[in-house]
Amino acid sequence: MTGPLSSLDRPVSYIGKSVPRPNAKRLLAGRGRYVDDVRLPRLAHAAFLRCPYAHARLASLDVAAAVRAPGVIRVVTAKDLAGRYTPWVGTLTHFKGMKSAPQHPLVVERATWQGEPVVAVVAESRALAEDAVAQIDVAWEELPPLTDMHAALEPGAAPLHAELGDNLCFTRTIDAGAVDAAFAAADCVVEESYSFARHTGVCLEPRSILADFDSAAGSLTVHYSSQAPHMMKEIFARHFRLPESAVRVVCNDVGGSYGIKIHVYPDEMATVAIALLLGRPVKFIADRLESFVSDIHAREHRITARMALAKDGTIAALAIDDVTGIGPYSTYPRTSVVEGNQVIGLAGSSYRCRNYRAQLRVAFQTKPPTTQYRAVGHPIATAVTEALIDRAAGALGLDPAELRRHNLIPDDAYPWTTASGLKFEKLSQQAALEKLLALMDYDGLRREQAALRQRGVHRGIGLACFVELTNPGPAFYGVGGAPISSQDGCTIRLDPGGSVTCATGVTEQGQGTETMVAQIVASTLGLALNQVRVVTGDTERTPYGGGTWASRGCGIGGEAALQGALALKANILALAGAMLQAEPVALDLAGGWVVDRVGGNRRIGLDEVGRAAYFRGDTLPPGVQPELVATRHYMPRQYPFAFTNGVQACYLELDVETGFIKLLKHWVVEDCGRVVNPLLVEEQIRGGVVQGIGGALFEECIYDDRGQLLNGTLADYLVPMAGEMPDIMVEHVETPTAESMLGAKGAGEAGTGGAPAAVMNAVNDALAPFKVRITAQPISPRRVLAALGKA
Amino acid sequence: MRETVAIRLTVNGTTVERDVQPRLNLVDFLRDELGLTGTHWSCEHGACGACTVRVDGEIVRGCLIFAVQLDGATVETIEGLTESGALAELQAAFHARNAVQCGFCTAGMLLTADALLRRDPDPRRETIRAALSANYCRCTGYHAIVDAVAEAARERAKRP
Repeated sequence: MTGPLSSLDRPVSYIGKSVPRPNAKRLLAGRGRYVDDVRLPRLAHAAFLRCPYAHARLASLDVAAAVRAPGVIRVVTAKDLAGRYTPWVGTLTHFKGMKSAPQHPLVVERATWQGEPVVAVVAESRALAEDAVAQIDVAWEELPPLTDMHAALEPGAAPLHAELGDNLCFTRTIDAGAVDAAFAAADCVVEESYSFARHTGVCLEPRSILADFDSAAGSLTVHYSSQAPHMMKEIFARHFRLPESAVRVVCNDVGGSYGIKIHVYPDEMATVAIALLLGRPVKFIADRLESFVSDIHAREHRITARMALAKDGTIAALAIDDVTGIGPYSTYPRTSVVEGNQVIGLAGSSYRCRNYRAQLRVAFQTKPPTTQYRAVGHPIATAVTEALIDRAAGALGLDPAELRRHNLIPDDAYPWTTASGLKFEKLSQQAALEKLLALMDYDGLRREQAALRQRGVHRGIGLACFVELTNPGPAFYGVGGAPISSQDGCTIRLDPGGSVTCATGVTEQGQGTETMVAQIVASTLGLALNQVRVVTGDTERTPYGGGTWASRGCGIGGEAALQGALALKANILALAGAMLQAEPVALDLAGGWVVDRVGGNRRIGLDEVGRAAYFRGDTLPPGVQPELVATRHYMPRQYPFAFTNGVQACYLELDVETGFIKLLKHWVVEDCGRVVNPLLVEEQIRGGVVQGIGGALFEECIYDDRGQLLNGTLADYLVPMAGEMPDIMVEHVETPTAESMLGAKGAGEAGTGGAPAAVMNAVNDALAPFKVRITAQPISPRRVLAALGKA
Repeated sequence: MRETVAIRLTVNGTTVERDVQPRLNLVDFLRDELGLTGTHWSCEHGACGACTVRVDGEIVRGCLIFAVQLDGATVETIEGLTESGALAELQAAFHARNAVQCGFCTAGMLLTADALLRRDPDPRRETIRAALSANYCRCTGYHAIVDAVAEAARERAKRP
């Protein structure tokens, strides 16, 4: 390479390096600061009475005994909060025809899921608050539950919310190309029905909020376990009619979120309302049972899908019909229809096929609301598409890898617009597939599988190609009226000693956001990593931004950091040029020094620049005003979303006597654009894969016909644990987006998006000798035995 | 319910005397009475391991034990074991390998891994997975944690 290096591949750069997270040391020492660790003077604790029925009318409520209970500060019902907030409705205008009913912090008259908060007791301790909750005398008139989403959509089904007319929250159809003609002319048509259970996020740190209202100052400070502090500031101001300037949201350490902690929850809104009412800090930490019945749930789809193919394996058409149940309300402010919308938007989108028809129907029901959870819609779209491909490979006698190879959008065909209208700038699906097949030794595994089958050992290999939507622009939410920022900012300040303090709108929940930002800033400014301090998660101290979700932290927050650092660098060099009587363009930054751009001779230390600017302005030439702080914002404009791609493979062994599945190994090749920190990216992928495996094999919120949750503890709701999980090999293809200088696309959800498909395909591959298939997740031992006729 | 019982125990090397309600569990005692917030509660059923602490040298689930049971006991938490350096190799390996994301499970993971390495200084990969199989982590997918424990075992073997 000749000429000066670009800002990304400078001689001493952290970009692309596996740098450990400096902020993880606190967490390893037990010095994390989660919401429940915050102790304030006059702190009061809230506990909630929740509705024990899926659907019931509040017949009578007597809180007198609770009011008299020891340690009780206040008992709060819907009546006490009336007029103190604006109800919220989870609709967005760009989802044409969608509808939902207004939501309230506490049940006003009728509860629509088991777990809906009804009365809040505020006491000196959580234990005393719970004692008093038990003293509340409440009578319910049980109403018919509406648990099955198909039944909810039946003509004549009683509407859950009479004013909405029926139980259809939203519907959308796509009809592209000539689907009927393609099916009529096809050599091979495969059709299958799939079901995906309702599961939930199970954050180790439950939802947590501490709302503190200082009535003297008129200011509300909310210590919050959240992914989107600025959004919540906007919402608290809007719905409690406070000046925007009076609200501060602070997110310190967040103990897992995965999309759970980005929605408006009634009990959290109630906590804020009570803090405003009492003028003192009020804390609410959901316990585990409360988490199971009041955190958002996810998935719950039933899908029928058909694929038409030619003899040579060319996919001629795809048609899918998705019915999904979202509970009684669409969540606010993101709505609950994005999951289903992404299922029908993404199905089949890895492949060249131009004939595509899809129908989505989103139904209300009396279970907790479902909505965005890690990899929104992707696991479903991918599982359905990839299962059909394997089914077709079996029908046509073709190898599943070969069938994918034959149909993938060619790597040289971009830009590409899918049949559903998604615009892909540049993907690397063919390269990723070939890399994966080599990494796993696909042919060798097939031989091993065949040999073991002879001995009665049933192993399966499952492949799954996927694309992942990341870095959404304003068309995703903002255009529909949601206070959700698609842009993020980064402010960087040179301090007098030559280090920098950097504040960013993207947030940290353990992904390594702060480290990623520090790497980019340090590399650009020629600093050591420990000279960069990164501040996140505080609306009073960070530039406005959307936070961390939709795998946007690096792609959007990283680019803002890069542009901010370049702007600060220009300011530093302008000042140094004035001090040194040199042209700024002849200077550069390296190793904490201003150096000659050519030759790299050290001219003046950054500490000296800082000192001159802040303490010895008298030494500067006349007219020179140092500006050693710079802010830049970034928002993708060219494409509505970035898209990443990848492919996963699962290898497992199935015990046909017990139905138990042993995961042997898992492989991922993904392309998240520029990899800023392989160590962090790979752990995002691995964690995501295991979350996907959870949905595929273990996790289900089991409800009975009356809408009662049957497994509301971690002893009953199965999550992936270390003993059952495989080692996961991860490799990359790097196709940076040309839209930003950094070129990062995002990596947070790829693992979860692809894993359920790979696992389900591997199970069915293992079952192939028995001529049975499983198309319902989670794939429990009971389902395996049932498929084998042994249950 | 509001009656209290006097207990005297050693927590992280310091003698502590408190009057506690019989229903107060160890996690709440550590967090609310002593300000030791490094120990977390999460599942409240003994299933997730986030509340793991050491009592009289053995790891226990802090959510399944009451403070009144600990009169005369010796309790060690992430705070004390960090200060003593007992977990140093594990903490360094977890850090280098990025075996911690949100950090909520981490104290429990470290204490459980330490218990494994004290009884089996050179565990196989499957042994590590089995030993950690009652500690829930939603973020990492466990692979990095297993790597880190194996690395810490190698480093501990170099201890004089």
